[in-house]
Amino acid sequence: MEDIHRKAFLDEAFDLLLELETALLELEDAPEDHELVNRVFRAMHTLKGSGAMFGFDDIAQFTHEVETVFDRVRSGEAPVTKRLLDLTFEARDHVKLLLEHDGEDLSAFMPQADRILEGFRALNEGAPKPAPEEGRAVVQPTGEPEVSDGSTSVYRVRVKPGPGIYSTGNNPEFLLEDLKSLGSSMVFAHIEDIPPLRELDPQNCHMWWDVLLTTSSQESDIRDVFIFVEGECDYSIKTVEASGEAELKKLGEILVDRGDITPEGVTRALSGQKRLGAILSEAGLLPEKSVETALAEQGLIKERQEQKKGPDAASSLRVPAAKLDLLQDLVGELVIVQAQIKQLAPSLENPLMLTLAEELERLSDDIRDSTLAIRMLTIGSTFSTYRRLVRDLSTEMGKEIDLSTCGEDTELDKTVLDHLGDALIHLLRNSIDHGIETPAEREAAGKPRRGTILLSAEHSGGDVVIRVQDDGKGIDPDKVRRRAVERGLIGAGDELGLHETLELIFLPGFSTAQTVSSVSGRGVGMDVVKRVVNSMRGGIDIESKLGKGSIITIRLPLTLAIIDGLQVQVGEQSYVMPLASVEECLELDRSSMGTDARGRIINLRGEVVPYIYLREWFNLPSQGPVIEQVVVLRIEGARVGMVVDHVVGEHQTVIKSLGPAFRKLEGFSGATIQGDGTMSLILDVKRIVQLELDKKK
Amino acid sequence: MKTIMTVDDSASIRQMVAFTLKNAGYAVIEAVDGKDALGKLKGTVDMVITDLNMPNMDGITLIKGIRAQSSYKFIPIVMLTTESQAGKKQEGKDAGATGWIVKPFKPEQLLAVVQKVLR
Repeated sequence: MEDIHRKAFLDEAFDLLLELETALLELEDAPEDHELVNRVFRAMHTLKGSGAMFGFDDIAQFTHEVETVFDRVRSGEAPVTKRLLDLTFEARDHVKLLLEHDGEDLSAFMPQADRILEGFRALNEGAPKPAPEEGRAVVQPTGEPEVSDGSTSVYRVRVKPGPGIYSTGNNPEFLLEDLKSLGSSMVFAHIEDIPPLRELDPQNCHMWWDVLLTTSSQESDIRDVFIFVEGECDYSIKTVEASGEAELKKLGEILVDRGDITPEGVTRALSGQKRLGAILSEAGLLPEKSVETALAEQGLIKERQEQKKGPDAASSLRVPAAKLDLLQDLVGELVIVQAQIKQLAPSLENPLMLTLAEELERLSDDIRDSTLAIRMLTIGSTFSTYRRLVRDLSTEMGKEIDLSTCGEDTELDKTVLDHLGDALIHLLRNSIDHGIETPAEREAAGKPRRGTILLSAEHSGGDVVIRVQDDGKGIDPDKVRRRAVERGLIGAGDELGLHETLELIFLPGFSTAQTVSSVSGRGVGMDVVKRVVNSMRGGIDIESKLGKGSIITIRLPLTLAIIDGLQVQVGEQSYVMPLASVEECLELDRSSMGTDARGRIINLRGEVVPYIYLREWFNLPSQGPVIEQVVVLRIEGARVGMVVDHVVGEHQTVIKSLGPAFRKLEGFSGATIQGDGTMSLILDVKRIVQLELDKKK
Repeated sequence: MKTIMTVDDSASIRQMVAFTLKNAGYAVIEAVDGKDALGKLKGTVDMVITDLNMPNMDGITLIKGIRAQSSYKFIPIVMLTTESQAGKKQEGKDAGATGWIVKPFKPEQLLAVVQKVLR
């Protein structure tokens, strides 16, 4: 206890002793005066109560006996006698000694204390025993958690306050909040007993509640919620499902259990055709709410049981990834051979052969789809695990952040997804920790209070592109420069462009965080992310605008993918474009071609469509065939045309990576073997358009 | 910020309660007995913590007096009792008290009770 409080008590105690002496002296002359008796009692009572508060336990214990006697005198059970007064004077003097010698060894005073106390006890003899003291008299501070084994049970807590509960300053809402804070819960309000408006007394409570509480706390903790309202509020706590209980109760059993209906009522209702719950409420036997809450209880238990059962053993199988890889390679080869057969069949002029070739195509399509599906998982499931992470981290950092996702259907190979998971988590942490500012900072900068992180995934060419974008404060290139110089990563005089400066972040040992927080900033993050991405033969790129935000782009190849492609011919070579991006193919009418400030355009049914002349792109001698074709593609929402010699046709295309030697080759996302055995390059149409635009700048 | 009135004839207890509550962010009005308390019961008072044994007007009478005023009819009132006063607890509840704290109590226990009844 604080020293100032002790001091305050000491001062007060001396005053009380003075008051005590005065009262006792007056009492000697007027032993019948009740007010004097009260004064003596109060002085003793305060000495005891306050003494105990501030650590003067010996005084508290001592005065306890005296107080007890005077309490009896107060209630008329004992008279004021000379003996009593003498003892009380002695007691007073004793307390004075204890106070004066506070902090010293008080053992010398003990015999005297015992003698006085003996005297008082003798006076107390024959007195009725005091009522047994209450065990649990004070609310435990919430900071001391009860030790539990962590397993949860489900309780049904019924809270039925008496109408007058508000008049003692209690509030059923607080009771419900306290219950909810013990775990996860469903609360059902019963309004059936609310009288019509005319009879309603707004100062009374007419509602009651059923709470289904799933908690790891003990039942005694639940009882503690109601300490102050015993007698004013009916409550019952029943275990609905203790951990380990296997039985699933029927609705009728639950209702009977809760006392909502009799077993006969249930049987009677069951003899009809409808579901028990509907019957009961329709027949007016039971308010709908009771049925609703009982059903909820049933549902909750069922859910928990299902969770406990764990993954269903029968319907899934663990398969070594290597076996799947082999399977996929074989499927790829199968598709190539099938394409060859498809190309050959018409020339054989054998109708049976044609039928078989079609049949084969259909089957190999199915095999292709199934095999791919085995390994491919949508990135959506990974994205949704991040919601919780973002929520928890932003709360921890005191920031308000919304996580948006798009492209959840984008499929990735399972192993790629696994590796990617950790990298994405680190990038998200970075955005939350270093990117998005606190709400106050954001408002000061004129930004909305809530920051946004956008996670997106899409297929582009033969790659999967994943972006982590935030609208935070961006990366300060000067800070990056300085830190890099500090760390000896670059020389002080080195000149770097903006992009190169930002790339410094990926070097090992770099970190601009001033303090190493537990979340990020230990300097091992970004370079590890880059390494992981590179090991998957992917690339990572970073863009940032100071004050606006940052975008981190990860590109990963789909090592084996089979897509529907459009085969085209340009010069001697054939190429494949991803069919998904193709909108239409047209013959090119030279008269509809023209140029504008941006470059070449085509007038396509009134729409202006820019185009790229692929012969030019590939540096071929410019004379193409007289009639050329333009493939109109949709790239990032815009329509772009690519002029080719001619369009060959749709083909299933097995994409093979070009290999590390061709990594830098822009504009191609892989290669494939055609049905006739020739090789075609697969065009990364998006990149081609981008490069063309960059050229114009 | 909530305002809590503390009523006790013991100066040391009043001081300790006021100190604890102020540190926890509450505004505090002190009164030395029931009569003093009723005199100071004006304007916003969100909660009352009162001892039971006081001269001039004891706690039970004070509680009844507070509940009789419509502005303070529903505010939480907590009694300070000692273990030997089990009977007093029920008397207090009958008079309209919300809850109780048993002396001696630690500052944390006081705050826990306040948080239980005042939100």
